[in-house]
Amino acid sequence: MPHDAHHHEEHEALVIEDEAGNIEAQIIVNALQEVLIGKGLLTAHEVTAAIAKLESPGIHLGAKVVAKAWTDPAYKARLMEDGRAAVQELDIPVTEARIIVVENTPTRHNLITCTLCSCYPRSILGQPPSWYISKAYRARSVREPRSVLSEFGLNLPLEVRLDVHDSNADMRYLVLPEPPADLASYDLAALEAMISRDHLIGVARHVG
Amino acid sequence: MTRFCEGDPVQVLALGKAGHVRIPHYVREHFGTVVGYCGTYLNPEDLAVGNTGGKAVDLYRVAFDQSALWPDEAHPAHDRLIIEIYDHWLAPATETEHAP
Repeated sequence: MPHDAHHHEEHEALVIEDEAGNIEAQIIVNALQEVLIGKGLLTAHEVTAAIAKLESPGIHLGAKVVAKAWTDPAYKARLMEDGRAAVQELDIPVTEARIIVVENTPTRHNLITCTLCSCYPRSILGQPPSWYISKAYRARSVREPRSVLSEFGLNLPLEVRLDVHDSNADMRYLVLPEPPADLASYDLAALEAMISRDHLIGVARHVG
Repeated sequence: MTRFCEGDPVQVLALGKAGHVRIPHYVREHFGTVVGYCGTYLNPEDLAVGNTGGKAVDLYRVAFDQSALWPDEAHPAHDRLIIEIYDHWLAPATETEHAP
């Protein structure tokens, strides 16, 4: 490999690990796990428990945050001011340095991506969907986000401003969707059930 | 006191650094506007090589016009891309260089 800081193949090599079905990475992980278990530093049960813990957060936590914000204006104000603290108020342990909540309005839509890898508010939403970490989404969500949205079934009107947030560094983002027009006719549980992961990433817009 | 405030026009530098760099190529050399200050964070370029004793650096959220980032795509003029940029990757710009 030439020692050229701008050599693009070198940048590519760094992100291949994130692709689903990467056989090479899987072989390395399996070998490492076998060695660690063989040496008695780790048990298979500990590995399974760690995976279960990683997978335990989920959309229900994000939905809880959004439904609370829709029905409690003071909470919503705190959420917009300091997302991490407001999420923690609901007894959701947040491991991310900061959570930035971006609000959809009739004239603004927000879309979250991570072009460099797969940054995602995992402590609230769990693991990202496989399309979120795909190279296609990561490249196209910034270059042609409106085409990507239309493939998700969302034809965003041109007069609605689209803000794409690339979570490339230390912040993690959560979209606050617009509440349904008949908000008052639902209880919290019904509201939470209407909110999907896609709403919180921004590939879906309308709730209800 | 931070070097930039909300609303300041900035340009992303093309530092040509190798390694674990978090500033993607598609925003380098582009003009944008600071839309938020995130606080100070350890530099990922140091952290990636095990240097946890480095100085924490200011991190900003910077907005770019999509039509300027991707001139070959049809983006409505008001669409934006917002991304986090560490202080050492930013230079001040004048209002005339960046006309959002």
